[in-house]
Amino acid sequence: MTSEARVPTRMADGTFVRLTRSEIKADLVAGSEAAVKRAKVPPLPDDELEHLLDIYASPARFTGVDIGDEVILSCDGTGMKTHATRIQDLQTYEQWMGADLLELCVGDYSLKVVRTILAYEAQYMHDALLATVAPLQYGVMPNLGLYSKPDGPCDNWNELLPLGRIAEARASEEEAVEMAVLDMVHLADSQYEAGADAIDWDTTGASGDPEFLAALRATALIRRKYPDFGVQLGMAGEFVLGMHGELEWDGVRLAGLWPREQLLLAQKAGATMFGPVVNVNTGKSCAWNIARAIAIVKPCMAVATIPVHMNAGMGVGAVPMFVHPPGDAVCRAAKACVDILRLDGL
Amino acid sequence: MGGIRAAGDLVARLQMTRGMRLHEAKQYVAGKLGVTPFDLSDPVVMTDVRNEHGFGRIHSYAISQPQQANMIEAKVNIARVLDLPINCVERFRERTAPVASGAH
Repeated sequence: MTSEARVPTRMADGTFVRLTRSEIKADLVAGSEAAVKRAKVPPLPDDELEHLLDIYASPARFTGVDIGDEVILSCDGTGMKTHATRIQDLQTYEQWMGADLLELCVGDYSLKVVRTILAYEAQYMHDALLATVAPLQYGVMPNLGLYSKPDGPCDNWNELLPLGRIAEARASEEEAVEMAVLDMVHLADSQYEAGADAIDWDTTGASGDPEFLAALRATALIRRKYPDFGVQLGMAGEFVLGMHGELEWDGVRLAGLWPREQLLLAQKAGATMFGPVVNVNTGKSCAWNIARAIAIVKPCMAVATIPVHMNAGMGVGAVPMFVHPPGDAVCRAAKACVDILRLDGL
Repeated sequence: MGGIRAAGDLVARLQMTRGMRLHEAKQYVAGKLGVTPFDLSDPVVMTDVRNEHGFGRIHSYAISQPQQANMIEAKVNIARVLDLPINCVERFRERTAPVASGAH
């Protein structure tokens, strides 16, 4: 039995656990080592682990970055009819919460759903822009899965793959990519004409490498058409799932890419902001998860030429997988990421 | 950075539409406004700066006046002072410009 004092800290499922400073340090080291093993990245140096230890072993309810080190907080879904009209929601985020940027979207958030209501969404964007000050983007998730049966027209690759019908599955995925690229560009066309500041591809790659390919191709097309139109490209997971396995963009195989390589492609395609994701392991502490997350994202920062807004929300970026993430855990994750990574935003 | 309480929206606009990284975006905005990057997240400093330039502020009966610019009006001022074309401001100008053909 140790006599070392215990402090309340969180597991990544959100529950409290009381750990000693030594135990938290051990979790940080183990999290960093897990990143090295899985993502083939360098371990965090001792001084950075010590800084993380000070953040995570603190009993303080709240913490934050140093004054003057504040970063931009990007977001999804601020205008989605949470409690009033969508424009009133946007105004609430701007006026009451001091949001740095705003996002208009529909509740379903899927590209394939929005493609049927482009004109309505463009009209709403037009009206919302007249009534807000903060930059306003339109957000969707590409959600390529909806392009497969029974929701969409393409054969369902998730049904074909277990049957060993690999070639058919790949052909279906490639067909869906073509449709999604067209829909993404049409969406951008309509939102640009309405006056939007940017488009947001959120949770990109949730359906694996075909979805990431669609986002990269669409982003490159949009960049050529509209040089000053923002494109935020946020990821769904820490590495690109190889649902197809052979897809390439600009000569790079997409399956299995980690954040640094994802960023390099995103900025080459013409994205103006990139959001890397590191998923949480709910069976480990937030301290373990933050060390792993920072070690995986750190290689991005040396090669970034566009703003990097690391995802730090429910279930990603060492924020607990809980629908209303505890503030003490969120602020620790935010401070840790900004202090160590020198992020451009979260 | 506090959004329109301070200068978060201005810095975000440069990140979002010009792909500027944080340090560069803060330097750009601070330079145009004649403040330091440190000031940009200070609502005390920025409330006055925003009022001076007509950038829109948090609505408050204590300080809001009907003659102050807000919403799309504020974005017209932001575009001019930051020397940063804003898509919706350009559209607003197009849609409110006189046209001989009546093609609005």
